[in-house]
This record gives sequence, C-alpha cells and structure tokens, in this order.
Amino acid sequence: MEGMDALTLHRLHFAFTITFHYLFPQLTMGLALLILILKTMALRTGNEHYAQAARFWAKIFAINFAMGVVTGIPMEFQFGTNWARFSKTAGGVIGQTLAMEGVFSFFLESSFLGVFLFGEKRLGPKAHWFAAFLVFAGSWLSGFFIIATNAWMQHPTGYQMAPNGDIQLASFWGLLGNPWLFWQYLHNMIGAVVTGSFVMASVGAFYLLTQRNEDFGRTFVRLGVIAGTISTALMLFPTGDGQGKNIAFHQPVTLAAMEGLFETENGAPLALIGQPDIEQRRLDNPITIPRALSFLTYQRWRAEVKGLDAFPPDRWPDNIPLLYYSYHIMVGLGTMFVALMALAALSLWRGKLYRSGPLLWLLMLMAPFPYIATTAGWITAEVGRQPWLIYGLMRTPVGVSPHVSAGNALFTLLGFMGIYTILAILFLFLVYREIDEGPAHPAAATV
Amino acid sequence: METIWFSLVAAMLAVYVVLDGFDLGAGVVHLFVARSDAQRRAVLASIGPVWDGNEVWLLASGGTLYFAFPALYASSFSGFYLPLMIVLWLLILRGIAIEFRNHVRSLVWQPLWDTVFAGSSGLLAVFFGAALGNVVRGVPLDRSGEFFLPLWTDFRAGKESGILDWYTLLVAAAAFLALTVHGALWVALKTEGEVQQRARRAAQRFWWALAASVVVVTVCSFRIQPHLSESFAAHPWGYVFPLAALAGLIGMRMRAGRREGLEAFLCSCLFLIGMLTSVAFGLYPYVLPSNGDPAFSMTVTSAAAAPYGLRVGLMWFIPGMLLTTSYFVYTYRSFAGKVR
Repeated sequence: MEGMDALTLHRLHFAFTITFHYLFPQLTMGLALLILILKTMALRTGNEHYAQAARFWAKIFAINFAMGVVTGIPMEFQFGTNWARFSKTAGGVIGQTLAMEGVFSFFLESSFLGVFLFGEKRLGPKAHWFAAFLVFAGSWLSGFFIIATNAWMQHPTGYQMAPNGDIQLASFWGLLGNPWLFWQYLHNMIGAVVTGSFVMASVGAFYLLTQRNEDFGRTFVRLGVIAGTISTALMLFPTGDGQGKNIAFHQPVTLAAMEGLFETENGAPLALIGQPDIEQRRLDNPITIPRALSFLTYQRWRAEVKGLDAFPPDRWPDNIPLLYYSYHIMVGLGTMFVALMALAALSLWRGKLYRSGPLLWLLMLMAPFPYIATTAGWITAEVGRQPWLIYGLMRTPVGVSPHVSAGNALFTLLGFMGIYTILAILFLFLVYREIDEGPAHPAAATV
Repeated sequence: METIWFSLVAAMLAVYVVLDGFDLGAGVVHLFVARSDAQRRAVLASIGPVWDGNEVWLLASGGTLYFAFPALYASSFSGFYLPLMIVLWLLILRGIAIEFRNHVRSLVWQPLWDTVFAGSSGLLAVFFGAALGNVVRGVPLDRSGEFFLPLWTDFRAGKESGILDWYTLLVAAAAFLALTVHGALWVALKTEGEVQQRARRAAQRFWWALAASVVVVTVCSFRIQPHLSESFAAHPWGYVFPLAALAGLIGMRMRAGRREGLEAFLCSCLFLIGMLTSVAFGLYPYVLPSNGDPAFSMTVTSAAAAPYGLRVGLMWFIPGMLLTTSYFVYTYRSFAGKVR
C-alpha cells in the first residue's frame, strides 16, 4: 500500500473514529429536544399517550446514548495518542474547552440520564420532566464545548504564542466568544434536530404503513414533520448562510475549493453539478447558475469572488475533489430535505398526510439521509480546514505523534474498524427490536 | 499554581479509581458470586444507574490533565499508545456489555455479555495497575520529553523494558486484587442473601492475597524508584498517606461485619485513596520520571500550561466540581439501599 504513511494513517484513524462516533450524538441531541417536547405535551395535557411516547423514545435514546458514550471516549484520548505534538503545543487552549465539556456536561448528562430512565415512578411528572430537561441541557452543552474546540481550530482566537512555540490561552472570553463559534454551533445543533425529526417521522411512517401502533405513528409523524420543517429551513437560512459567510471571510481559499471556483470572477457562478479537475484547473461538465455565488456571498450580483488562482497552491486544501463533493452532497440533500418537509407539512395541514402513501414511504425511507448530510457537512469543515490543523498556525503534518509508527497506527485503526462493525450491527439489531416491539409494549411501561 | 492542579488531577483520578473501581470489581466477581440470571441482574442493578457517571471521572481527569499539563498528556498518551488503545477497546466492550445485556432474553445472550463484562473489567483493572507501575518506574523520555514503549520486551524493569515487566505486572496484580476486594465489598453492601454471603467470602479470601501483594509492591516500589524514599524523608508529614492506606487495609478486615458492610467498603475507599495519594506524594514534583537520564524527567513545572490558563481554569473548575458533587450526592442518595 504505497502512500499509507504514518501521517495518512493517523488522519484516517481520527476521521474514521470521529465519523462513526458522530452518527450517535447527533441523534442524542436531536432526540433529547424532541423527547423534552413530548414530556412537555404530557405535562400540559395530562395525556398518558404522550408520556408513553416519551418512554418509547427514551429506550431508543438509551441505546443510542450508550453508543455515543463508548465511541466518544476514544475521541478524548486520541488527541494525545495520535496527535501528541498538536496536543502539547495547543493543549493549554483546547484542553480548556474539552475539560469544561467533561466537568459541565458529561457529569450532568450521565447523572441525570439514570434518573430519567429509571426514576419516572419515584419522581412524579414534574420532577421527571426536569430530569429530561437536564439530559437535554447536558447534551446541548456538550455540543457547545466541542464546537468551541473545533471553532478554535477553524479560526483561532484568544491565544498568544509563547517563545518556545507553544500556543497559550490569552483570553478566556476570546476563546468562548469566537465569532466562528456562533453560526457553527447553531448550524450543527439544528442539524441534530433535523436528524432527530427525520428518525421520528420515519418510525411514525413505518407504523402507519404497517398499520401497527397507528395512534403513536400519527404523533411521531406530526412531531417529526413539524420539527423537521422548522429545522430544515433553519439549516439553510440563517445558519447555513452564516456558516458560509464564516468561510467566505475567514477561509476564502476553502470557499473557492468547495465551490470548484478555479478562477477569480466578478459575478461568480454557483456550480450545481460538475467534477473538479485539479490538473486542468477547471470544472468538468458544469451546470451553473450565473452570478449566484457572488450574490449569496456578498449580496451583490457582480461582486468579486476569489478563485483558487488567487492563492498559492500550498495553501489549497489538499483534497479539493473530496471537499467539493462533500459540500455539494450536504447542500443538495439539505435542499431536498426542505422540499420534502414542506410538502409533508402542507399535507399535514390539509389533514391528508396520515393517509398519503407516497409521502409516508418517502418519510420512512429518508431516515438515513440526514446522517449522510451531517457527515458530508463535517467532512466539508474538516477537509476544508486543510492543510492546516489550526488554521493559519499549525499545518497538519506537524501535529502528529512522532513516535507512533505507521504499523502501530494501522493496527489500532483495524482494531477500531472491527469493533465498530460489531457495534453497528448490535445497534441496528437492538433499535429494530425496540421499534418492532413498539410503544404499546407492556415492557415499555415498567422501565 | 502547578501544584494545585497536580493535586486536583491526582484527586480526580483517585475519585475515579474509588468509584469506577467498585464497578470494575463488581464485574470481576459477578460471575462467581452471582450464579442465576436474577442474581446477576441484582449485581448489575447495583452499578447500573451510576457506572456511566463514575466513568466520566476518567474522561474529566483526562480533560483536566490535557489543559493543565498538555506536555504530560501528549507525551504519556502517545508513549503508552498501545495499552491505551487496548484500554479504550475494553471500555467499549464493558460499556455495551452492561447496557445491552438486559435488552434480549436468551440462553446465549446473557452468558455472552456476562463473560465480556467480567473479562473486560478484570483486564481494565490489570491495565490501570500496569499504567500506575509505569509511572512509578519511569519511562525512557528523550530530550523533547517524548517516548514510545512497546507492550513488552524482556520483562526486566530496566531501561529496555516495555509497558509490562515484572514490576509493572506486580503492580497490575495488586491493582486487580484491590479492585476485586473493593467490588466484592460493594456487591455485599448492595445485595442480600446468597449473593451477599458469597461476595463477603470473596472479599475475605482475596484480602490475604491483597495484603501480601501490597507489602511486596511497596518494598519493590521503593527499590525501583529511589525518589519515593527521598520524598518521604524530606517531608515526613507525608507518611499520613501510607498510614491512611494501612488503616484502610486493616479496617476492611476488622470492620467487616459492621453496618451491613458499609464500614468495610468505606475502609476500602480509604485504602485506595491512601495508596494513590502516597504515590502522588512520593513522585512529586515529578509527574513522569525518566528511567534514563534524570534530567529528562517531567515535572509539574515543565509539563504545566501557561499561568493565565491555569488561573482562569480554577474559576470554572471550582463551581463545576461543586455542581458535580451535588449531582453525585443526589444520585447516590436516590439509589441508596439494597437493590430490589
């Protein structure tokens, strides 16, 4: 395997483990909000139906949460194991947000998840609602600290360079008030709500189409579609737009690479489809909207957008095709989500959705796609940051652990691949069983 | 300021060992003290609502180590690459064994996860012990404060040894025994009937092996790491830590019958805290000694982050820990008493 040097393997190691890990927290964070909404409806209406619906989702939440925990622990360790030089140099800054995540959110989540799952009878409805709220708050706080860490790597703020080259914290509020953080956090968290909504709507559609648990099916479809309509729209505007402007202003070369814009233009077109050809420096088979990129970025049809030609090639992201495709997959799917959810919401409003076969089929089958869109979004962020580990401060090859050989890195990468394959099979098996048993199952009431 | 953070990280790790220690120990003994499915459910129920929170102490200690001592975090995590990765795999297996065991009722499902739970718990205790042994023995740090250790070489505890040598294996065995007794005492405290009796017997039998291993490990540690004796000679007040450990060790045995075993369990906590604080006190100011050139040893000052970050860290750490303590008091109180 030529080219599988230690650096490549360390990058794949992190990419693989983080990609697999984040399949779970996105549902955790999205479902936490939706379960809280169900608990609120139960509390306000006094209707046992909603409490039972919340119990059903709590069981799926618990399986998903366990997967997030066990795949999350390796992330905290891998900064040190595989990226030791990066950790030594920048640990004084990013260790701060990672430690805060442990202290402020993991303790909160883990303590009250047990209370939430096992304590409903003992606590009574109001205290149990509060436990659900604390689990929600813990998971969203956890997201905040992780995004704060990533935002700092995308756009470092609040730091100073020590004489020995270490990067030190100079301003705590500079770190937490990073302008990049605001849009990235909202974009990411609402993305989690999109995943949660699609999964809930999908299970609801499955019940309606199989004519089982139909009362719950209607509740899940309704909540999933309403939350999905709002969240998919918010993904596009303002959060997607805000995140795009972050990139345009702070990482213009990344914007050019994402859009496949090789040459600087006044009135730059927006590429919908096309394959970037790095050798010829052009987009093959392009279908574009003239001047749209200029407008979206600067609100002026004739504004200048810098192409890749405006930057020296050693500052270009090192995998432009992957960046371009992942960005386009994210945006393409996001646009389809808005359309589908808008259609479903219209049908729901007209009282036809629960009997509309095609829409229910679509809702049922769409559940995996938000995961793909989220993953593509994160690949866009991370590949777009290249060739930097910390944008403008540290290049990726510099940050790796110098003494961990390619052989050792491949050994553990293969180990993770094997274990995660088993985890994925177990997860799908257990979640399918819960869905198959359904919310009306008597075991649901005793948990 | 560095010393404050050194004490805080050491304290967090000690809390981790005490809390997750009984989860691990319960995992080690549960195959033997609990035979039927109902009995094993009872053992799992005794840790079910708390194990995840207990394990967060490991993550939070790791995070705190990361920001307070980035150089130590980077050097030790990359240097102990292989054992840490194996620890991660074991933590994954143990986590899913606990969480997924009761989802399916089948004659193959429960025994499978019970075995995974016991095996991963036991191996984790062994690896944590070996890690502690490595930190006491020292590692081959180079000029830039980095190293890489293979899992094993010649087992000689010399400059060429790997992670596992006779000394670190000895510490690993002692850690395994300590957590086994700790876990057995916890199970005895939380259960009734047969399980409780078997757990008590296990704690008593393993106690003799534990006491013997503690004596051997203590003697060997002072020989392997001369800095330990220097520390205690320079600051004799530090003897309070090993004395606390000794009191805990004896107390575990003497107070076995009191208050349903609560006193014995608390003595075991005291023993673990005493042992770990003795090590921390004995190594200070070193955080990672070199077993080659002593000039390359990493100290609290050479590994610490810049003063501003440490100061600011204290501002959020103290309220954060107060909140955390309140969560733990709340959850342990609400799940207090015997498992039903």
